[in-house]
Amino acid sequence: MSEWWTYRPEDFLLFSPRVYWRMFELQNEALWPLHLVTVAAGLAIFILLLRRPSRDGRWIGLLLAALWIFVGWTFLWNRYAAINWAIFYVAPLFAFQAAGLLIAAIMPGGLAFDRRDVVGWTGLLLAAAGLVLYPLFPPLVGRPWTSAEVLGIAPDPTVIVTLGLLLAARGKLLVLLFPIPSLWCLLSGVTLWTLDDRQAWLPLVTVAIVLAALGPRSLISPPAS
Amino acid sequence: MTISRRTLVQAAAAAAILPAPAIGQATAPAMRPIPSSGEQTPAIGLGTWITFNVGDDPALRDECADVMGAFFEAGGRMIDSSPMYGSSQPVIGYGLDRLGRPETLFSAEKVWTSSAAEGSAQLERSRSFWGVQRFDLLQVHNLVAWEAHLQTLFEMKAAGQIRYVGITTSEGRRHDLFKEIMGSHPLDFAQLTYNIVDREAEEQLLPLAAERGIAVIVNRPFRQGALTRQLDGKQLPEWAKEIGTATWAQFILKFILSHPAITVAIPATTRVNHVRENVAAAHGAFPDTAMRKQMAAYVRDL
Repeated sequence: MSEWWTYRPEDFLLFSPRVYWRMFELQNEALWPLHLVTVAAGLAIFILLLRRPSRDGRWIGLLLAALWIFVGWTFLWNRYAAINWAIFYVAPLFAFQAAGLLIAAIMPGGLAFDRRDVVGWTGLLLAAAGLVLYPLFPPLVGRPWTSAEVLGIAPDPTVIVTLGLLLAARGKLLVLLFPIPSLWCLLSGVTLWTLDDRQAWLPLVTVAIVLAALGPRSLISPPAS
Repeated sequence: MTISRRTLVQAAAAAAILPAPAIGQATAPAMRPIPSSGEQTPAIGLGTWITFNVGDDPALRDECADVMGAFFEAGGRMIDSSPMYGSSQPVIGYGLDRLGRPETLFSAEKVWTSSAAEGSAQLERSRSFWGVQRFDLLQVHNLVAWEAHLQTLFEMKAAGQIRYVGITTSEGRRHDLFKEIMGSHPLDFAQLTYNIVDREAEEQLLPLAAERGIAVIVNRPFRQGALTRQLDGKQLPEWAKEIGTATWAQFILKFILSHPAITVAIPATTRVNHVRENVAAAHGAFPDTAMRKQMAAYVRDL
């Protein structure tokens, strides 16, 4: 691209805020009441990791992988890509992330969600916020409930819950599971910022929390046994 | 047929003494000649950047079709799009289907790919999205791979597959190369950004277009809506009534269209009342040189 330094993020914005939020309304309308299933899956993840964090990492990883595949296919590929051609290149990353979660879930010592130090509890709080608080934002920012973003239905809460859970995890492949969700949060935050949306800080703060939590020492957490 | 700069200036001066009709009055918009052919085209077209990228949303697709319907009803003809604009092309195709394929359509499209080999396939996809037999105008978008694409477009024109060839830029980018291509190739159209605030094109590109007989399409006349939002709530000057402007949008469009080298401005909108208001700006009187200075100074000082 010539004279790339003259471009600003808003130059790459292809759609209006109204069209962006209408996507979530249409996604919710098309998939309801599947939201009950995906939120139940989120609650099941929390029950598993609070009751048997070392043994049930496999099931948590599999559930997350399924949610990533579902959101990547139904929202990114079949809906978002229609208004943003760049998403054709991003949607496959959701499949890669799902594959990574799947592999980490089934390999011995791949994932155990039993980290309970400051980083681990921060992650659990972040994941809980993604599951419970994220869908409650629309009325706070003046949008209708019908545009609510829900785990397993919309990308942002799915990614934020995943990042929170990964902060509370240990495992051999853990370091490979952070880049894609972190990049998504950056992309989503910049998109919302260029749309002049107050919600932009949510994914950006999530990345900041992950970066702060993943200090050099915390990355070298011992593998799950 | 070519039109000299003097002829264009005389035409604009003649237009400036015509009385302005009331806003919303069903009067045909001012027509401007395309210098390379002499064909007359309405001075207001319809841009689709952002506004027509509504994906598969059925309600918003219908809104876009309504905007297109109001545009054609008001006498508009030129609709401009690009493969870069997300779903805008299929949305235009949907609107054209719903409106029964208006015969007055002047289809303006672009080729936008860094691959020279991909250009023809992309144009065919665009044509399929619009559902037209052929495009009236094809332009090289933002000069991407311009040498190869321009050669393809000139070959298509020679073969009768398109009627006009052009190039585009926006927000003042690559003006040196733009000028070089305008000076060395037999272009029919040049599309660029020009408005009451962004006036760099006045220095070289617009005089060159007039000299070379190249029609000029003006994109982002409202700075993607930022200009009208900025002026919203501020008082229009009393003297604006002399040229029949009732809104800031018309004030800005009148300024643009009063430059003798400008052929068409292509504001984008999602609202039927705005598209009518925009087309109405091409009616009646236009400001003369003294008033243009006054208009620019007024906006600058706000």
